[in-house]
Amino acid sequence: MSYIPNTDADRRRMLDSIGADSVSELFEHIPEPYVLDRPLDIPGPLSEMELRRYAAELSGRNINLDNCACFLGAGIYDHYLPSTVPAVVGRSELYTSYTPYQPEVSQGNLQAIFEFQSLICQLTGMEVANASMYDGATALAEAALMASSITGRTEWLVSSCVHPAYRDTMRTYAWAAGCRLVESPRTGILTDLADVSDRVTDQTACVVIQNPNFFGAVETLAEAESVAHGNGALFVVCFDPISLGLLKPPGVFNADICVAEGQPLGIPPGYGGPLLGLFACKKEYVRQMPGRIVGATSDAAGRRAYALTLQTREQHIRRERATSNICTNEALNALAAAVYLSTLGKQGLRRVADLCVQKAHHAAEAISSLPGYELPFDVRFFKEFVVKTPKPVSGINQRLLAKNVIGGLDLEKFYPDLAGHMLLCVTENRTIEEIHLLAEVLSQ
Amino acid sequence: MTTEPTIFERSSPGRVGISWPAVDVPERPVSELLGPENLREELPLPEVSQVDVVRHYTHLSSVNYGVDTGFYPLGSCTMKYSPKVNEEIAALPGFSALHPYQDEETSQGILQVLYDVQRFLAEIGGMDAVTLQPAAGAQGEFTALMLFKRHHERVGEAHRRIVIVPDSSHGTNPATAARCGYEIVKVNSGPDGLADVSALSSELSGDVAAVMLTNPNTLGLFESRVTDMSRMIHDAGALLYCDGANMNAILGINRPGDMGFDAMHFNLHKTFSAPHGGGGPGSGPVAVKGFLERYLPVPTVGFEDGRYFLDYDRPESIGRVHSFYGNIGVIVKAYAYILNLGAEGLRSVSENAVLNANYLLSKIASAYDVPYGRRCMHEFVASALRYKDSGVRALDIAKRLMDYGFHPPTMYFPLIVPEALMIEPTETESIETLDAFAEAMLAIGREAQSQPELVHSAPHTAPVSRLDEAEAARRLELRWSDAGD
Repeated sequence: MSYIPNTDADRRRMLDSIGADSVSELFEHIPEPYVLDRPLDIPGPLSEMELRRYAAELSGRNINLDNCACFLGAGIYDHYLPSTVPAVVGRSELYTSYTPYQPEVSQGNLQAIFEFQSLICQLTGMEVANASMYDGATALAEAALMASSITGRTEWLVSSCVHPAYRDTMRTYAWAAGCRLVESPRTGILTDLADVSDRVTDQTACVVIQNPNFFGAVETLAEAESVAHGNGALFVVCFDPISLGLLKPPGVFNADICVAEGQPLGIPPGYGGPLLGLFACKKEYVRQMPGRIVGATSDAAGRRAYALTLQTREQHIRRERATSNICTNEALNALAAAVYLSTLGKQGLRRVADLCVQKAHHAAEAISSLPGYELPFDVRFFKEFVVKTPKPVSGINQRLLAKNVIGGLDLEKFYPDLAGHMLLCVTENRTIEEIHLLAEVLSQ
Repeated sequence: MTTEPTIFERSSPGRVGISWPAVDVPERPVSELLGPENLREELPLPEVSQVDVVRHYTHLSSVNYGVDTGFYPLGSCTMKYSPKVNEEIAALPGFSALHPYQDEETSQGILQVLYDVQRFLAEIGGMDAVTLQPAAGAQGEFTALMLFKRHHERVGEAHRRIVIVPDSSHGTNPATAARCGYEIVKVNSGPDGLADVSALSSELSGDVAAVMLTNPNTLGLFESRVTDMSRMIHDAGALLYCDGANMNAILGINRPGDMGFDAMHFNLHKTFSAPHGGGGPGSGPVAVKGFLERYLPVPTVGFEDGRYFLDYDRPESIGRVHSFYGNIGVIVKAYAYILNLGAEGLRSVSENAVLNANYLLSKIASAYDVPYGRRCMHEFVASALRYKDSGVRALDIAKRLMDYGFHPPTMYFPLIVPEALMIEPTETESIETLDAFAEAMLAIGREAQSQPELVHSAPHTAPVSRLDEAEAARRLELRWSDAGD
């Protein structure tokens, strides 16, 4: 079904009004040789009933996180989704609208985005936030591009403890823009700050650190900040929003720009998308910031209201001189994050962060006491940690899967020198029984 | 209507919106685990009850207009009805609760969806290969231009530094080309509203990397001379890009790949009915001709020996453009939509979208000039220029439409039509809705002459009256603050 309300009789009336004999007449300016002379080779149609049945069957071929205990993180996290989030995000007045170019009939989305920006500022200790980027990786690439345009420099100095897929994405963006990604090696699973200091040059646009880093370890941001600012580069921090329930936020470390994957804030893992790129910066840089920004104003009656602002940065006004080409973003997921942070509030976010920390440390301790397993790196960590395994990680994960447990990431995939190391993640969703089941299977 | 206070103003110390389980593992002081030097002092988030949260956002939703509220003819955005069954399917845990790094053997169902969508889009576009990674149309454009850039590097033509765009193009086209390091040359449209072949020809040179065209273009006209332009462009060693924002006009009728386009993007949130989410998420897959396939971002989804897999074996790839594999949830909705419609259904989408647009054009043509012809594809651009003398502009007409219960069309775009109102009804609107909208447009035209102040001061019945958008830029109040700064 094409969801087309008009009937043949309606179409006849419409053609009469137009003064056309047939619908095909409306397509006559398409040159004849380029009119497709066969039906598209596409299956269907399926009725709604058939479609649902088929989709249920197809989705049933995947093992989903609701039916197992997931200890896999590495950028996408199995956090608890409060019931308020789908309830609000499912309001179709919100989800079937588009970019609020007409503020008088879009106050709902505009105010929600204004509040989202405010919540992200509160969370990060930053002065301004935009209304979202695509995901963590592209938010980071945009941050680096912005640093280049602010500093006029072309090198992006990035710790190799930053998520590998984020660095891959930055490399792509850097190449396109004529910039260069410089990757600083690690010491164990921490950024080698002495090396960062060695590599920083007068061409370094930004120093990029992730905290907690890809391995879950807490970095020394203060030192990285002084290296960046001591050399005229911007300091860019990639953070985990849940960790900021407890950890010092990027703003405290004088970050110029901070970005994150916002998926932990009430967005389902979704096989990695759609996600939510969080992006905040110092107010002095707001005119170089990419993406949509909502500001407060008033209406003709003097009432407080909200509208898109600083649109002269954007592609639809500034075209080739825009700060970014971004147009459609992840607004609905920004709404989800706003509902999530509002629902949890001050106490709830601390609570979730605390549950993660407690459970992750309990799991780490339990696993480190198993024969053959160790925690080879002595670092502070939040919800993820690295375990050295006595056997190949893939085999261990197969055994875990047989018990409905999704094991950790095989680090060899991204760091060949870390073969035989597994990155485990423990969120508030994991119970003590699941942690003990994990330990039990590992010990076999 | 009173203004809804912010969530921060509803905050009261000690309130919580959700309860959490007790810590079920032996608990240790968090300062011991994380280090006291790493702990934050304050966490200034609001404290509200659950009912506060739900009422707050429910109230906000009640002052927002979506496609489910009513007619939303926002040109170039294809605000069609989003079928509810697609939302349900995308929310199935077997699609939404999957981890991108879980074993491929445990995700064969979703990999099949992705593989099938790659195939469907290639077929619909007349192309050979597809990447689903771009998260939105603009990122699709960016991805495609990078593919072009890589191709030119590989064939020893890296010196090509110019991208040509028509003056009627979307803003994302030049913004994207600039982001890829290209210089932008704009060519004016001809008197018929189509890209001017001779103007284009005079700009073509060995320095041109690509030409970006939207087809049908932003005036709602089919670029019938594409194949001539394609020959010229390719003879000059440049490549031809199709901005697929307007695919809703030509599904199953015409394929960009058959007309000489080398690459294109789709907007799954426009053409394939995924809702627009108040500004996203969208999805902007890119389809390419065979010679560009080797450069596609990693990974794509492959199928061999009865098994779907993530294909990273692409040594000449431009790299990644997304953390993982793209906006999967949106892609699932597009998949459901395509299967629901089938080939005939897709074709009838475009037939009815074009019929609806032409009908609406015929109904309002007496009161608004349509500078480029009596016929259009899926949308058309009317001009409110004739009312300017009485002080009424396109903006005023847009605002007045709100009083009649409609979402306004796109305004002041494309830039080549003065006082532009860009109207795209889509196929999911009935003749009655179109008639009602046309009557409102005609009535506003009369009001513009008899009571211009009424139009000029609209909207009168929207949740707020006309906003001072300039004040927002002056005030730069971009976050809530209890200090009011």
